[in-house]
This record gives sequence, structure tokens and C-alpha cells, in this order.
Amino acid sequence: MTEAVLFWLFAVVAVAGGLGVVLARDPLHGALSLLAAFFALAGLFLLLAAQLLAVLQVLVYAGAILVLFLLVILLLDLGPARAAASPPGVVKLAGALGALGLAGLLCTLFLSASFPPAVPPSDFGAVAAVGRVLFIDYTLPFEAISLLLLAAILGAVVVAKGKV
Amino acid sequence: MLHVGLAHFLAVGALLFALGAYCVTTRKNAVGILMGVELILNAANVNFVAFGHYSWGGIHGQVFALFVIVLAAAEAAVGLAIVLTLYRHYKTIDVTRAERLEG
Repeated sequence: MTEAVLFWLFAVVAVAGGLGVVLARDPLHGALSLLAAFFALAGLFLLLAAQLLAVLQVLVYAGAILVLFLLVILLLDLGPARAAASPPGVVKLAGALGALGLAGLLCTLFLSASFPPAVPPSDFGAVAAVGRVLFIDYTLPFEAISLLLLAAILGAVVVAKGKV
Repeated sequence: MLHVGLAHFLAVGALLFALGAYCVTTRKNAVGILMGVELILNAANVNFVAFGHYSWGGIHGQVFALFVIVLAAAEAAVGLAIVLTLYRHYKTIDVTRAERLEG
């Protein structure tokens, strides 16, 4: 019962946050809606017993990525007036129809398909269990993604710096 | 309604994905497009963890979601750096106005 209430609460906030990102005229409002969606998704991860991911969702998404977005929006002073013009109505209509169709298709597919049920391991979201899988089964991808992060940092600095 | 299962989480993921796809396809604003990409990546994360919890995959789904978070961080850093450069060149972040590839 509590689980269902919490699920609907988080799900509604997450989807409303997504809607806010889509509907906001001011990029700042969009970014704040995104923040609400990120926190609601962290709650959904907690409901799925993925504690580590919930913490990382708040730390990395809300703490780092969103701050970067806000920094750029404030740095460029992108108010509603400075933000790019709204696309023509026909593009909006086509996009809305496409997105609605996509959502309907995915929902009907997921609701009609049957997946093999399984009981999650008791230590499903624990840091130790996830860490064991991460460092034993996924050692090479883990190292590779650290290289990717390094490349992304260097690339971001070089691109944003412009002429030396 | 009261029993929450895999399908509920997948539906949330599908809705978020559709909203993100709408954002990416219709926005002219570069920052808005990047926010749409973040929504899409989050929708994928919800699906990874939900499948791991209710169906096959187990902890491996969570590890994949972890990689997706790292990827999103890298994407946001590089993408926003490109937005800054775009603004410096064109004095706007309207992606339809950026037509030349030469620096």
C-alpha cells in the first residue's frame, strides 16, 4: 500500500517534471523541472531497492549535471527573451504526434509482453553487491569509461576555451 | 492500481522517453535539446533497474545504469561546452542558425 502510494507520487512528479521541461518557455524553469524529475527518479530507484543508484542519481545528476546546465543558462543570461524562438506550429504538431505515438506504442508493447519474473537477490542495491559485479565482471568497461571521462573533460576545456 | 509491478515502471520510462524525444526533435534551443537527451537517458535507466529488479539481469542492470549516468555526465560536459562556443560565434543558441561548420 505504502509502496503504491509512493510509486504514484514519484511517477507523477517525474512525468510532470518531464512535461515541465517540454513546456517551459524559460530554460531556467525547464532546468528546475528537470531537477524535480531527477529527484523523483531517485525515489523510484529507492522503490526498486537500488539505493546506490538513488544516491548517485542525486549526486551526479542533480548535483553535477544540472548545476552545469544552470551555470550555462545563467552565464549566457538565457531568459525567455534571449532563448531561441519557438518552432513553427507544424513542427510542434508533428513532434507531439510522434511522441504520443511512440509513448502509446511502447506502453502497449510493455503491457502486452510477458517477461520472466524473478526474485531480486536480497542484496540487490547494496554498495558491496554492485561493487563486486562492477569490479569483477565489468573491470575493462569501468577502466574504459574512466578514459572516456578524461577525454570528455579535456574536450570540454578545449572546446569551451576557444582560441588560446 | 495498487499493485506496482514491472509494467508500471516501464510505462514511466516510456513516457519520459517520449517527452525527451519530443524535446529533442522540436526544440530550437540547444540547451533544451540537451535537456531532452538527459530525459531520454534517465528513461533508459529506469528500464534497466526495473528489469533488473522484476525480471532478468539482476545487479547487472544497475551496473549498466551506472555507466549510463557516467555517459550522461560526459555528454553534458562536452555538449554544454559546444553550446558556449556556439553562443560565442553566433550570439545565439538557436541551432537552426548555426549553418556553417568552419570555425
